[in-house]
Amino acid sequence: MSQTTPAPHGTGGASAFDGQPPAAPAGDSLTRDAWRRLKQNRAAMCSLVVMAVIVLACLIGPWLTPFELDEVDWNAIGTGPDLASGHVFGTDVNGRDLLTRTLHGGQISLSVALVATFVSLVIGVLYGAVSGYFGGRTDNLMMRFVDIMYSLPFMFLVILLMVVFGRNIFLIYAAIGAVEWLDMSRIVRGQVLALKKREFVEAAHALGVRDLQVVTRHLIPNALGPVIVYVTLTVPKVILLESFLSFLGLGVQEPLTSWGVLISEGKDMMETAPWMLLVPSAFLAATLFCLNFLGDGLRDALDPKTR
Amino acid sequence: MTSSPSTSGTSSSLPPARNAADQARADTLTRLGLAAEAPGTPPLMEINDLKVDFQLPDGAVPAVKGVSFTLNKGETLALVGESGSGKSVTSTAILRLLPELAEIKGAIRLRGEDLLSASTRRMRELRGNRIATVFQEPMTSLNPLHRIGRQIIEVLALHRDLKGRAARHKALELLEQVGIPEPARRIDSYPHELSGGQRQRVMIAIALACEPDLLIADEPTTALDVTVQAQILRLLKSLQQRYGMAILFITHDLSIVRHFADRVCVMRHGELLETGATHDVFESPQHAYTRMLIDAEPAGEKAPVAADAPVLLSARDVRVSFTIKRPLFGPKVAFEAVRGIDLEVRRGQTIGIVGESGSGKSTLGRALLRLLKSQGQISFDGVDIMPLDKSGMRPLRSRMQVVFQDPFGSLSPRLTVGEIISEGLRVHHPELNRAQRDARVCDALSEVSLDPGMRNRYPHEFSGGQRQRIAIARALVLKPEFLLLDEPTSALDRSVQVTVIDLLRDLQARHGLTYLFISHDLAVVRALSDHLIVMKEGEVVESGSTHAIFEAPRERYTRELMQAAFAPDLGQTHH
Repeated sequence: MSQTTPAPHGTGGASAFDGQPPAAPAGDSLTRDAWRRLKQNRAAMCSLVVMAVIVLACLIGPWLTPFELDEVDWNAIGTGPDLASGHVFGTDVNGRDLLTRTLHGGQISLSVALVATFVSLVIGVLYGAVSGYFGGRTDNLMMRFVDIMYSLPFMFLVILLMVVFGRNIFLIYAAIGAVEWLDMSRIVRGQVLALKKREFVEAAHALGVRDLQVVTRHLIPNALGPVIVYVTLTVPKVILLESFLSFLGLGVQEPLTSWGVLISEGKDMMETAPWMLLVPSAFLAATLFCLNFLGDGLRDALDPKTR
Repeated sequence: MTSSPSTSGTSSSLPPARNAADQARADTLTRLGLAAEAPGTPPLMEINDLKVDFQLPDGAVPAVKGVSFTLNKGETLALVGESGSGKSVTSTAILRLLPELAEIKGAIRLRGEDLLSASTRRMRELRGNRIATVFQEPMTSLNPLHRIGRQIIEVLALHRDLKGRAARHKALELLEQVGIPEPARRIDSYPHELSGGQRQRVMIAIALACEPDLLIADEPTTALDVTVQAQILRLLKSLQQRYGMAILFITHDLSIVRHFADRVCVMRHGELLETGATHDVFESPQHAYTRMLIDAEPAGEKAPVAADAPVLLSARDVRVSFTIKRPLFGPKVAFEAVRGIDLEVRRGQTIGIVGESGSGKSTLGRALLRLLKSQGQISFDGVDIMPLDKSGMRPLRSRMQVVFQDPFGSLSPRLTVGEIISEGLRVHHPELNRAQRDARVCDALSEVSLDPGMRNRYPHEFSGGQRQRIAIARALVLKPEFLLLDEPTSALDRSVQVTVIDLLRDLQARHGLTYLFISHDLAVVRALSDHLIVMKEGEVVESGSTHAIFEAPRERYTRELMQAAFAPDLGQTHH
């Protein structure tokens, strides 16, 4: 090892590099590394593209189609896909354009997924990290609370909320979010329990770093791999939950719709108007496929063992 | 690859072709344990121009680049090299246990049989039967859910078709041979009920179950304490004499090899640099790298400080206990890891704490820095630090810093090197702006002889030695007076170790640092410290000036430690 010129030590702020630290090229960061590996995963990249197309279509599609969400076309009631009339995917039994309704429904389904996942991410990660980091009695109390939440039947919770607050789309967000963060907090807690014994955490303690900083700078970033993967698995789960609620009639209200509602309506007309079931199902299935492939790809890309 | 002219072994000129009758005769003789080791006997194993490439997405990475050597019956061949030299890949290739992305070329012959073209089924017959293996990690190479007797019997049932009482009888015999006390009781133990050394003995019993021709020992003693290490080596040696098997001994530690191996192969970067009889290689190494490895023993001593130097850290009757079990009712079950230690560190001094695993030396170190709960009295620079809480300790933290053992675990993988080093500055010098912090980080990096231009990189891009330098820089950036060094060189290759020791010594001289150096490695402690404390089971066995203890150890345990570390006697079995 070559020795460089000794720098003064213990002379206050004086530095050999005062004012002009040498340029430091950016390194190959973990995220960039993971992105590079994700790009090599063809299934994940295809899924990403398809996913983007679906999201874009749901966001701007309803304005581009020639029909309104609740516009009834008296000339085409319950007709199949037909290019001439403009109903590309046909109409429902009330003569409303199915494509428009499916894209609208996508907005609801995807936004529920986004909000509920975000809620579960924020609450779950913080709750789990705090519980795991402090351990002992704190951990015990916090985790028993999670156990109690787990033991409440989900449907009971939703119906209870309905009764108290009336039917409201935000209730669905809240109900799903309130349930989904439980899993997340368990996962993060497990990660943190393993991480907090690692030497870099001990080194942070030796530096006098504050607890909150240890959690946010050292523990959460290192637990992020499994968290990101779990998020991609939560999104389809939430969409399915919302579909399930709407399917039971506890979800969104007319004229608003969601993929779950459309599928529920479609299944009643399965024999006479199969497109009513097939179109929203195809959208939902495509989205779930994409997210699952994306989750797989992310898990591989973020796993240090594949490096 | 023809870059090293000395690659062919001393006796590889023999033709590999042998007829079946010859082979059968040799087999019978081996079974009877009568095979002669006459010169002219074909080698047991022959490796010819072995090449292993790993086909990674980024292209092929060569791990072994054309290695040739032979191994005779009853011989011990040591494959020596530092991490990344391809020694383990070579041994795994013999068993054909490499992952599928490894492409193996060349030839590996065991008794003339080409292993690389053998069927998977044939390989299964050979593994554990003709070729047996002992791995490094005795904690993980035994199945924790099965009793050890069952794990030995598994091999017997597989290759010898022994079952029931006969198998159990044989297993007992094996356990007795490998020196497990009370084998009749131990045969029904689970792995976690045994010590590390005993587990390694069980691994050896499993390996010996079928009386193999070749035993591959992949760093079998690296995870063990020195005294246990010597016992295991002695055991291997005596079993070799008894069974006449050949041993392929893979290690990074040349000092073991000197007393253990008949011949040595030195590897670096996948190439075989040098082969020869152990004595010749040690006496007149042909390759500069071999010479460097032999000389890489840390040298030098530290002069003691003046007797009236001020005391920086002192401890009285420090005790640390851990709660093992906290039953719902009844008293807690506690284990006392540190049992009343007194300690006085003077400015500029380096106190070495040596001890085997479980001696409480690391626990003591952490307790002194108040990273663990403890009882007793600890004062730093005249201030009693025991009653201080977290925020009370914070101002002192910048004056007492720590460097840990594992260079891979002690740096957060998701922060850049610059962020890691500057973290302490954020805590202790919040008045510094970004550019000033950056300048201090550059200072610290150049002090540990790293290029400051690398501070935006992430830890995974650095080697073990570089990471350890980063960890030292993280401690140094706060300009501490006292540095706790918890086995800072144990995870490093010998050649890297020496450079880190030089760095630590240099930093101490430049900044008047005070060190508390914890290690199990006596050679390193001798080179760095002027005062020595020997610990065993949480208590001080012996303490005094390093020079005096190394010259004339008073206690029996200290003598045992030194005997095992510096002059392991492996020739015969004795107690």
